[in-house]
Amino acid sequence: MQRIYLDYNATTPLLPAVVDRMTEVLRDEFGNPSSVHHFGQQAKAAIDDARSDVANLIGADPSEVLFTSGGTEGDNIAIRGAAEALEPTGRRHLVASAIEHEAVLNTLKALAKRGWRTTLVPIGQSGIASPSALREALADDTILVSVMHANNEIGTIQPVAELARIARERGALFHTDAVQSAGKVPVNVKTLGVDMLSMSAHKFYGPKGVGALWIRRGLRVLPLLTGGRQERSRRAGTENVAGIVGMGVAARLAASKMADEGRRLAALRDRLEAGILRAVPGTVVNGSPDARVPNTTNISFDRVEAESLLIALDLEGIAVSTGSACSSGTLEPSHVLKAMGFNAHRTQNSIRFSLGAANTEAEIDRVIAVLPGIVDKLRSLTRTPARA
Amino acid sequence: MSGGVDSSVAAALLAEQGHDVIGLSMQLYDQRGGEQAWGTCCTLDDLHDARRVASAVGFPHYIVNFERQFRDTVISNFVQEYASGRTPLPCAHCNSDLKFSTLLDRARGLGAEHVATGHYARVEQAADGSWLLKRSADPDKDQSYFLFSLTQDQLARAVFPVGGLVKSAVREQARRLGLPVAEKPDSQEICFIPDGDYASFVERKQPAIARGGAIVDETGRELGTHGGVHRFTVGQRKGLGIASTFPLYVLRIDAEAGTVTVGSRNALDQTRLTAGSVNWISIDAPDAPVRVAAQIRHRHKPAAGVVRALPDGRAEMTFDQPQPAITPGQAVVFYAGDTVVGGGWIEAGDRRV
Repeated sequence: MQRIYLDYNATTPLLPAVVDRMTEVLRDEFGNPSSVHHFGQQAKAAIDDARSDVANLIGADPSEVLFTSGGTEGDNIAIRGAAEALEPTGRRHLVASAIEHEAVLNTLKALAKRGWRTTLVPIGQSGIASPSALREALADDTILVSVMHANNEIGTIQPVAELARIARERGALFHTDAVQSAGKVPVNVKTLGVDMLSMSAHKFYGPKGVGALWIRRGLRVLPLLTGGRQERSRRAGTENVAGIVGMGVAARLAASKMADEGRRLAALRDRLEAGILRAVPGTVVNGSPDARVPNTTNISFDRVEAESLLIALDLEGIAVSTGSACSSGTLEPSHVLKAMGFNAHRTQNSIRFSLGAANTEAEIDRVIAVLPGIVDKLRSLTRTPARA
Repeated sequence: MSGGVDSSVAAALLAEQGHDVIGLSMQLYDQRGGEQAWGTCCTLDDLHDARRVASAVGFPHYIVNFERQFRDTVISNFVQEYASGRTPLPCAHCNSDLKFSTLLDRARGLGAEHVATGHYARVEQAADGSWLLKRSADPDKDQSYFLFSLTQDQLARAVFPVGGLVKSAVREQARRLGLPVAEKPDSQEICFIPDGDYASFVERKQPAIARGGAIVDETGRELGTHGGVHRFTVGQRKGLGIASTFPLYVLRIDAEAGTVTVGSRNALDQTRLTAGSVNWISIDAPDAPVRVAAQIRHRHKPAAGVVRALPDGRAEMTFDQPQPAITPGQAVVFYAGDTVVGGGWIEAGDRRV
């Protein structure tokens, strides 16, 4: 079966150049970067190269880039680390948008259990946070605001620069989860005016298990992992050298291809979106079509359970996704669409198509061709659920 | 696919025979709160076992979320039956109201012709084209009792690949096929109540149910009190908390009055019962009385007698010999030899001969 992968927001395959460089490191450059001798120096140099490449991708200074195990850890260090560092000030209020990734939402929940107040900024049906909503959420003792740059489910890009300015005017730090935007659209920490920014390598053709957190120079954030002095004492533990090196290569390649690839994917995405809306009745796009990452569309199919549609598509060799996957791999209604105020039908019937490097026009056309038949069949067998 | 050996072998055998198999496992309760010790079957680990089997054999496997449907059909019926003084049979409801309805629809939407399960029962087509439900080749494991409410349409779509095997042969097949669940122990309890404490479960779902009442003898004399009718089932002897010179058994439960009637072992025997929502599987509702062997609970040895169809989908069964503890809410299933003639839900027993 010719399989079509349309789930690049979940993860991406490694670029060959990434595999090649990682293989060299795994095979030949095994040194511990903290060692003084040749082997250590070699590994340290490899990490430093990667740090420069990652810093370049986001317009940052390499010394401000901290390597992590991925986006989730970056979000945790940013939020917990800042909250704990500022605990002595007695200011204990945290703000995030209602459509954040669970790495942010559940970190806030955990801190709420330990005495921090938290406020979620409501999001309208556009899927974009409004400056006025943020203003209302802020309080005098707000220490940190976390709003993602691009949403993972619907792809909308948040007005981070404006939101960060508003937060900072009130004396709050600003963190953005840029996991879904870094490598896809230009990300520049200076233009965004944020204090912290987290990213993940495997969303832009790098390896899983490695990410980076950018922390503005001079900002004090308590470490989650204590121990040795790696990463300027901000994250102890011997570095994941091969992973970090892989992230560096991926970041360099993403930066060089971004403009062309972004245009190509946007055209494919628009073709897919228009094709589905035309070919399948009862479909609607979720979130504002104007400010989105170029590779993502999220579409609700009336009277079809997303779970069934996802399985039926997979049996046709087409890999898509819906909502956020939970521990058993089953599907929960999307908290993002819920927060946007859509009813249960729309939140349970939505499918995310996220495109990437391998996709072609022919693939997109095949998806548009098979969808109507699948949806018809599922609709014909939908029975009204029994109510107690 | 529950992740157990029976459904795993069922799926693997079909795949081996060259059928195009899609593995589906039902998630029936919220499993995010990992600390809750849910279920003897279909826990997160079991779902992972099902996935491992599918991967080992080489067919796709998906987990489908039926939490809402399970709550609205099986759990809700379970609680309601206890609240009404009856003793529910959730597995039978799950078969007809979930596995061979919602799950079957789901499977057909994915292009599947049939739904196969690991049940110990057989489906055969009669000469006239109608579908027959028969006992399993393993009398010890037979589950036809729990499948009596399947209709002709449902049976036409049902496949029971291990129904012709005895349990030990199923395990042998699992070993031969190299399935990672070959030595996994059987599950016993009702899947959503792993600790077997039905009363506490029902109270959690419907707190108002824990309403006390009287325990009385057959003359209506009060012998003691109890903490709610849902704690009792007909034929129950333990946990009555009443001192007596002879063993006392629960004879009747009146949910409305809140009374539990107890009496001697002899008083449990009844000769007749009425049943509702009767499903005549292999015949039309009969005009004349039919001689059958009727089974009134899982593991009850079928007893001979005559069944007569009543209006409104009901039936009356008269046994040749009195049967102990005819329990409202359980099923009565009528057999002719190995074949299920039909069955219904027991409404009441009757001592008149």
